[in-house]
Amino acid sequence: MAEKLNIDQIRADFPVLHQQVNKAPLIYFDNAATTQKPKAVIDALSAYYEQDNANIHRGIHTLAERATTAYELTRKKLSSFLNSPSTDQIIFTSGTTAGINLVAQTFGRANVGKGDQIIVSNLEHHSNIVPWQMIAEEKGAEIKVIPVSDAGVLDIEAFKALLNPKVKLVAVNHVSNAIGTINPIEEIISLAHKVGAKVLIDGAQSVAHLAVDVQSLDMDFFVFSAHKLFGPTGVGVLYGKRELLESMPPYQGGGEMIKEVSFAGTTYNELPYKFEAGTPNIADVIAFGAALDYVQAIPSEALAAQEEALLAYATQKLQAIPGLRIVGTAPEKIAVISFVIDGVHPQDIGVLLDKFGIAIRTGHHCAQPLMQRYELVGTCRASFSFYNTFEEIDRFVLCLEKTLQMLG
Amino acid sequence: MGQPINEIQEELIEEFGLFEDWADKYEYLIDLGKKLAPMSDAFKTEENVIKGCQSRVWLHAEKQGDLVVFQADSEAIIVKGMISMLIRVLSNHTPAEILAADLYFIDQIGMSQHLAQTRSNGLVSMVKQMQHYALAFS
Repeated sequence: MAEKLNIDQIRADFPVLHQQVNKAPLIYFDNAATTQKPKAVIDALSAYYEQDNANIHRGIHTLAERATTAYELTRKKLSSFLNSPSTDQIIFTSGTTAGINLVAQTFGRANVGKGDQIIVSNLEHHSNIVPWQMIAEEKGAEIKVIPVSDAGVLDIEAFKALLNPKVKLVAVNHVSNAIGTINPIEEIISLAHKVGAKVLIDGAQSVAHLAVDVQSLDMDFFVFSAHKLFGPTGVGVLYGKRELLESMPPYQGGGEMIKEVSFAGTTYNELPYKFEAGTPNIADVIAFGAALDYVQAIPSEALAAQEEALLAYATQKLQAIPGLRIVGTAPEKIAVISFVIDGVHPQDIGVLLDKFGIAIRTGHHCAQPLMQRYELVGTCRASFSFYNTFEEIDRFVLCLEKTLQMLG
Repeated sequence: MGQPINEIQEELIEEFGLFEDWADKYEYLIDLGKKLAPMSDAFKTEENVIKGCQSRVWLHAEKQGDLVVFQADSEAIIVKGMISMLIRVLSNHTPAEILAADLYFIDQIGMSQHLAQTRSNGLVSMVKQMQHYALAFS
């Protein structure tokens, strides 16, 4: 039996949760869009600017030293968080999208040629589709798509049939942002490797909910954003296998990424700096370190148990609403519920729930190909985090019923 | 000549002034949406569509004598309620009146958020499009 979380104590750590929105207590069920930040992260951000602000790596003065140490400490924490074989395989980006574009423009440009194939899935966010379409168009390569079942599960048999030596890269998410499905990435990676394809896993939606061990999963590339893991916006992480990162050409040119520059030619810096041109987002990287400390201090079984219980409770209560259909009923899913209601446009539900102080997401969730697959204009999505409560779900369901009466 | 634009705006402000809480106000808005005169399917064309990020709006305009007459529709009922008010205020007026209109009622009845959601519902584009039609017809 997992230790139970003290939810009141946890909620006290998140200042934003304690406010009235439209004269009602805020219920924040849009955690898949971004998670809220604990006080420790907000404090780390202001402490950095109040005490340590300096540019990193180049200065020899004390502040530069402090800032550099704190910045590099987050990299070390991430290395251990992901079980990376070394710290220099952790590259800071501005977010998941930037990480995917980096891999597309470096690995993709160097390894994808005319007639080659890139496989994505029908569950992807636009940010894990469009960068591949761009490189495929440029190179004359083809995009192939792993189909998804009515329940929201990827068709692995169809994936096997798509695999062949022309496939250079497979790009899939660990967890679907729109409907919460947890994809069998271990199997996907191992199948892709059999035909010599590399795999990029978009972990934007998984890192806050599932443990990720890049070595045991034999991960080639793993990308995610800090802001979906209780950290600040504007920071992302790219993990890559050493031989891949070393063989990839640099992405952006500038300061920091060089070893020596002359007009006769420039040599590039070592990993990870080769991919970190310019002054990085120092303050937010440092504050992200505080987010990692915060979330790792919570017993992971208890965290998972709380989220699973919230999912089960909300699923059961929502299913009781006449005309409501849950979109995405995969057996393996995180605490995300996408739903539609007969004859009601999702936007109307979102607008009225906001009036009740409830934040959910409505629309296509930047996954239009998935909406097309289900012939939907969009869905309503409630996404939970461990700081959400059963009482919030009760009030959400009550307000949803009131909303439907108003729209009825 | 129809009723002046500002007189219609004042009427709407008065109607909404009757409601104290937001739920009553929105029920009225939803009701206006439901009562919006249906748009002929012939006008629901790709050319007439205004794409919002979450819902679509269709807008058709024609000139009847000196006046511009609008027809519109949306997939979302709250947007339809907003459309119904915009049509009530702007339709059946001359291009010059439409171009000179200051739509202050939206703010006064507390519905400006629906015009602030620039990407989600297409209403801002709809108002602009109504003015473009007026300009084209003037």
